[in-house]
Amino acid sequence: MTPTRKKRLTIVGAVILSVGAATAVALTALQDNLTFFVSPSDVYAQTMPDDRHLRLGGLVAEGSVSRDPQSMEVSFSVTDGAHTIPVTFIGLLPTLFREGQGVIAHGRLDNGVFHAREVLARHDETYMPNEVARALDAAGTPHQVSMPGTETKSSYNY
Amino acid sequence: MIAEFGQISLILALILAALLATVPLWGAYRNNQAMMNLAPSLVVGHFVFLLAAFVSLATLFVRHDFTVVNVAINSNLLLPWYYRLVATWGSHEGSLLMWMLILGSWMLAVALLSRRVLPNYFMARVLAVMGMISVGFLLFTILTSNPFDRILPGPADGQDLNPLLQDWAMIIHPPMLYMGYVGMSVAFAFAIAGLLSGRMQRDWVRWSRPWTLGAWAFLSAGIMLGSWWAYYELGWGGWWFWDPVENASFIPWLIATALIHAQAVTEKRGAFPAWTILLSIAAFSTVLLGTFIVRSGVLTSVHAFAVDPERGVFILSYMVLVTGAALALYAVRAPRVMTGQGFGYVSRESTLLVNNVFMTVAAGMVILGTLYPLLIDLMGWGQISVGPPYFSVMFILMMIPIVALMPLGPFTRWGQDDIKRVVSPLTVSFIAAIVAGTAIAALLGALNVRAISGWIGGLWLILGALTFLWHQKKAARRLRLTGGQTGMILAHAGVGVFVIGVAMVESMTYERTVRFAPGDTREVAGYNWHLEEIASVKGKNWIAEEGRFVVYRGDREITRLNPQQRLYHRGQQVMTQVALRPGFTRDLYIAMGEPLSDGTGAWSIRIQIHPFVRWIWFGAFMVTLGALTAASDKRYWKPYRATDESPAGSEGAQPA
Repeated sequence: MTPTRKKRLTIVGAVILSVGAATAVALTALQDNLTFFVSPSDVYAQTMPDDRHLRLGGLVAEGSVSRDPQSMEVSFSVTDGAHTIPVTFIGLLPTLFREGQGVIAHGRLDNGVFHAREVLARHDETYMPNEVARALDAAGTPHQVSMPGTETKSSYNY
Repeated sequence: MIAEFGQISLILALILAALLATVPLWGAYRNNQAMMNLAPSLVVGHFVFLLAAFVSLATLFVRHDFTVVNVAINSNLLLPWYYRLVATWGSHEGSLLMWMLILGSWMLAVALLSRRVLPNYFMARVLAVMGMISVGFLLFTILTSNPFDRILPGPADGQDLNPLLQDWAMIIHPPMLYMGYVGMSVAFAFAIAGLLSGRMQRDWVRWSRPWTLGAWAFLSAGIMLGSWWAYYELGWGGWWFWDPVENASFIPWLIATALIHAQAVTEKRGAFPAWTILLSIAAFSTVLLGTFIVRSGVLTSVHAFAVDPERGVFILSYMVLVTGAALALYAVRAPRVMTGQGFGYVSRESTLLVNNVFMTVAAGMVILGTLYPLLIDLMGWGQISVGPPYFSVMFILMMIPIVALMPLGPFTRWGQDDIKRVVSPLTVSFIAAIVAGTAIAALLGALNVRAISGWIGGLWLILGALTFLWHQKKAARRLRLTGGQTGMILAHAGVGVFVIGVAMVESMTYERTVRFAPGDTREVAGYNWHLEEIASVKGKNWIAEEGRFVVYRGDREITRLNPQQRLYHRGQQVMTQVALRPGFTRDLYIAMGEPLSDGTGAWSIRIQIHPFVRWIWFGAFMVTLGALTAASDKRYWKPYRATDESPAGSEGAQPA
């Protein structure tokens, strides 16, 4: 092998090695950060590991929202018609958070109570998150949805 | 009538684009001057008709023509005129039209500004390739997303422009971003024209560089504006969310960053030309990928356009066609092209290679995290999302070597250099960065790993850039920097400022949700926040509850902040309007939550302190300015002399 070829081989080898290492690290990090979407029925159907980060979706149960005036902790229940899961959250609820409306909470499950770190609601009056609509369908709960295809109001881009 | 006029303009633009895509290319192949010379005129006509179509749509919006579907959905009688104008590009259809107008403008700019720089045959090919791109987008618009569709009879009043978009940053953010996106097609066209031109001269890279730098500058500015807009408009106080749509703009940015550095090597040394061509193709392909992600409706995101599978299929096919054709041409042509010069381990080439490896790997990792959930969903394996920690961890990992090596790059010589010679001028900067970085973090009370390493890394970049400036001055009696060098110093220092901002925001942001009744004073984060009253205020198309806050440091009044909770008349949408007080070292940021039902008129209020958040955008601004400065470098704009080389096309170049 000529010195030039040897050098070229070393460089190519180093690049392949570092890209490989980066891919391995990336895949591991990806596995650790996958967030599964679950409905209340899913939570009941299977035992979820408590330390797993989840996205819980469903409707906010009527009459379930209350806020502790001191700690500012909000509690409400998320339902898909078949099952209901209590949720706690500290912080500002999204402006379109309403009882009876679709919601997605990010957080962890602890002894049957879902501790949300973030709560997302639909962002206008016609929109229901895709996942929530599908979860409601799965649980057989009738719901009024205009799927994103029929509404253009929420459409924008940047 | 105006809608029909716009419609006809679009079709005429399509015809001109189709001519542009074929005639000059054929001319370049046959070495027919007349056919090649047709290209610039076609470009002017193409631009004029696109402008006519765009102005038509804007006029329809301003004149409240609700018989046009697009206007009826995105505008109403209460909307002030300037937001009606913004609404022109607030929807999918309108933003596509703007996209094409910008494509037309880039083509016009190339035709005018590079007139003297490019030889005839090369100009013809560049413009023809851009013409092909335009044909694709015009067909997409006319067939799937016509902005001029009518409904008869039209409604008496329209719906509304999404309130999130009723903001002045929205006026300039999309045009900026599109300038960047579409600008990548210029780099793409130059690479394809280079491949088509038989033997590959190093020249085309030099011709391409200012355009790539310009596009990259606009892309950077567009992303920066989007981040800033999200920060104050979405009301969450974040500056980057790793949202799929943000990623869609960030992936091409990373690739383009690799590209502008690879171009430097190819232009100066002729090394890795094949890689430079591949990156040019990849930059535009990832723009198309981003377009697909955003506009196909495959994801539910706050940014997603309305779902329409037809559009998704069209864009995906278009992307496959463009990328496939480019790669096929590359496969045929590239073997003839490659005449790279060798280089040593310690050399400028190596440092730029490191930059390229990490930038492209970072892009790959963002692509992975963005597309993986889509893939899983497509396969029916469940619904997942990838958490922001994945992106943050991976991205920081990728950026550590880049930050560590960046100041060394400019000091390294081409070809072969000695490590001691490279490192010695930077020793002082290195030590100073560590000492000062740690000291400043300690003074700010930010004694955590992220803040300290952020300060050290940031100062290392800034001091490294300044050291380079100082050395240039020492070497020559009078400091004379080229545009390229000035731009590089500015951009690298800008990255340093950015790194400091990110490290401080990510490690030291303070947030608390508190209860406030009128008359309350509370101490939060060392400031006294006094709520005077909650008032009802009225805007042109909304009403709001407004909190009147006065912020004191001790007894001294610092500022008054009036956050609002707005209700828009049309569609009854509620919007949080935050109030903030920007500062050099921190932003005070306050948002209204909801009224509490305890009968005292109290509200839940969120207060956030964002330290050094302005540095993020200022750093990005410096990077943008640096890229524009580099693009203006005189050597890119030297007139072309025919004696430099033989006329091309003679070696059997084929039309694509």
